[in-house]
Amino acid sequence: MITISMAERTRLEKKYPEVFQPNFLRRWGLLVGAGLALLYLIFCWFFFSVGPALKNGRWDRAAIYVQDWYSWRAQPRLRFQDDAVVPQWSSRGQYAEGATIDWLTPHANGSMTATFGSESNRLEISTAQVDVYLDGVPYAIAITDDAALAPENAPPEIEQDGRKVLVNYGFAGQAEIRDNQVAVQRRFLGWANFLYDPSSPLWGNDLFSTIGLVFSSDRVVAEKSNAQLVLDEWLGNRAWQHGDILAKLMQTLVMAFVGTLFATLVAFPLAFIAARNITASRPANWLMKRSFDFLRSIDMLIWALFFTRGFGPGPIPGIAAIFFADTGALGKVYAEALENLDDKQREGIKSVGASPAAVNRFGVVPQVLPVFISQSLYFWESNTRSATVIGAVGAGGIGLKLLEAMGTNSDWDKVAYMVLLILLVVFLFDNVSNAIRSRLIGTTH
Amino acid sequence: MADIAHTSELSPASATLLQHYRGQVMTRRVYSVLIVLGVLAALVLAMNYANAANSGKFIERLPYLFDFLKSFVPNDPFEIVRAMFDLPSPYDDGSLKFDYTSDRYYIGDTFYIPHFIYQLIITVNIAIVSTIIGGTLAFCLCFFAATNLVGAGAVRWFVRRSMEVMRAFPEIVIAGLLTAVLSIGPIAAIAAISFHTIGALGKLFFEVVENADMKPEEGLRSVGANWFERVRFGIVPQVLPNFVSYTLLRAEINVRASTIIGAVGGGGIGEVFRLSIGRDHAAKTYAIVILLLVTIVIIDQFSGYLRRRLVGNPSFELGRGAA
Repeated sequence: MITISMAERTRLEKKYPEVFQPNFLRRWGLLVGAGLALLYLIFCWFFFSVGPALKNGRWDRAAIYVQDWYSWRAQPRLRFQDDAVVPQWSSRGQYAEGATIDWLTPHANGSMTATFGSESNRLEISTAQVDVYLDGVPYAIAITDDAALAPENAPPEIEQDGRKVLVNYGFAGQAEIRDNQVAVQRRFLGWANFLYDPSSPLWGNDLFSTIGLVFSSDRVVAEKSNAQLVLDEWLGNRAWQHGDILAKLMQTLVMAFVGTLFATLVAFPLAFIAARNITASRPANWLMKRSFDFLRSIDMLIWALFFTRGFGPGPIPGIAAIFFADTGALGKVYAEALENLDDKQREGIKSVGASPAAVNRFGVVPQVLPVFISQSLYFWESNTRSATVIGAVGAGGIGLKLLEAMGTNSDWDKVAYMVLLILLVVFLFDNVSNAIRSRLIGTTH
Repeated sequence: MADIAHTSELSPASATLLQHYRGQVMTRRVYSVLIVLGVLAALVLAMNYANAANSGKFIERLPYLFDFLKSFVPNDPFEIVRAMFDLPSPYDDGSLKFDYTSDRYYIGDTFYIPHFIYQLIITVNIAIVSTIIGGTLAFCLCFFAATNLVGAGAVRWFVRRSMEVMRAFPEIVIAGLLTAVLSIGPIAAIAAISFHTIGALGKLFFEVVENADMKPEEGLRSVGANWFERVRFGIVPQVLPNFVSYTLLRAEINVRASTIIGAVGGGGIGEVFRLSIGRDHAAKTYAIVILLLVTIVIIDQFSGYLRRRLVGNPSFELGRGAA
């Protein structure tokens, strides 16, 4: 170990005072900043009353909603009618009329068996008694005239709730046994009827059998070819609304594309007026820059709501909102790029007697065009995302569709589907615009 | 510019050169024209599509666009001031339109914060809290995505992909899910905006880290510092000004985001604005527009001033920050 002498130490301390005696801000700035931020967060915890809100949150529902993203529920009501158990499906039933359901078997004597994942977890339902099998152990639930009664020795999965009995099979589902019906919820992984809805002639086909159908010569329906039928039935799927969702996604993309393109086309000439080194009129520069600031400072929300009032819901208000907000933002960025221009090229062209228009065309545009286009591409990318939100406030597109699906609180699988589509499109566009940008300005990230 | 005359006087070698040059210029022009035509065709198609999909047609609606503004005139200009500061209106007829006073937020018995200003405070606070939370998490994550600090490709890949997902994930879905669980309120907005901020700032942060000077890190490595110490004393001091500057830019963007999220269920000024414009409350709407405009200008100017002090005066890549 090398030790340094006292003299050497004082010499070093004298020579580099900023290292050994940093000022207060350098030394403690980070810590003080973090402390203040923490204090502020604690204040906001109370300001937004986060604690009570979290406590009153319906977290049991949250679990169901999240499960709905990647799984689906079949929920028939098994009604007791004249000594027989009759299944009744809601209008959103996931099975076609008369289809055989492998987990719900009717018996000749009018009773019914519902299995939850395996034979050892099942319900034997008859109108007088329901036998609940939990891991192979049967528990008899008596059905009286006005109640369903759980046995005394019932495990916690079977719960007496007033006059009804709740049975919980975990992820596989649950059942609510009453005096006149059993409401069954059976949950499966995946998305039900993603390809075709139960009313379609193609219902029951999976992806592979669909591909087989497309290439087979036997027509399912006489009027049209199989490929046409598959496309029509898929797009017209009433449960998933593929056609509608794709059209709405297209609207959102159109909003971002047209809005950004128009903003680019308008901001381009205006930026030349705003740039001090190009237009030698201070009032014109000032006026242009302030108009950019004004357009930029009005929130996109305000533009969107304003034009939704004007044009009615649809992509046009979205386009207009993006156009107005981004003309300001792009104009500002463009003007800054123009003001940081290399003057040598302009001087060279001026020196051979070119007109002002020619000076701009050959001395300025070639320098700034790559920068301009790459900035516009950034805006395009970011607008693809913001068009979703703009849509939700009324401009239409996939945003509104998402909001509607979330509003029902039971279409979370559709929400997941739309989120996947949006992620896919955003990644695609990111990569396309990155590729164009790196070709233009030669940097890759 | 491509036309250079006097070909007859050129040597054969130069003539070939000129011929190739002209050929290349021609190809370039053809490509440019093709690209412009392609973009224009896409534009026309897209606009037709948008027009067909819209409920009101562009050309039909255009002359009536400002009709809505004509009916949207407050009774007198002071109505806007009254709506802004919750003063009683002389036109009060008991309807919601002229009822400015009932939503006052009282502190004590006499002092109150006007309704819209209170909502604005909520919105701005949502933005600041989300920026702090998102920025902190992005700060913690970004070092694991930088090539010069983390050797394991799998870790980098995972961190970067999760940042991309967080960036691209639609904010309204997070807000909507939390609204369904927690009911309407600012927590949903905070969660949604923070989530997006992690992704957006994380990407900018790790790019800054990758461009950092590695000499201090090397020096620390030579005296046996561990990974944490090297990052803390070798990298963080270099990148902090840039980090803070990007975070400030993000705060500006988040104020706008929190008004929009507010309109779809996050509470705050966005929701109040959507309601008032929907109900044709002219004076209230103008009051909110003015308040929002002033707030955004103040925040932009203040954060611009701070950023200039921190990292000089670079021509800021605004679009990148917005991504």
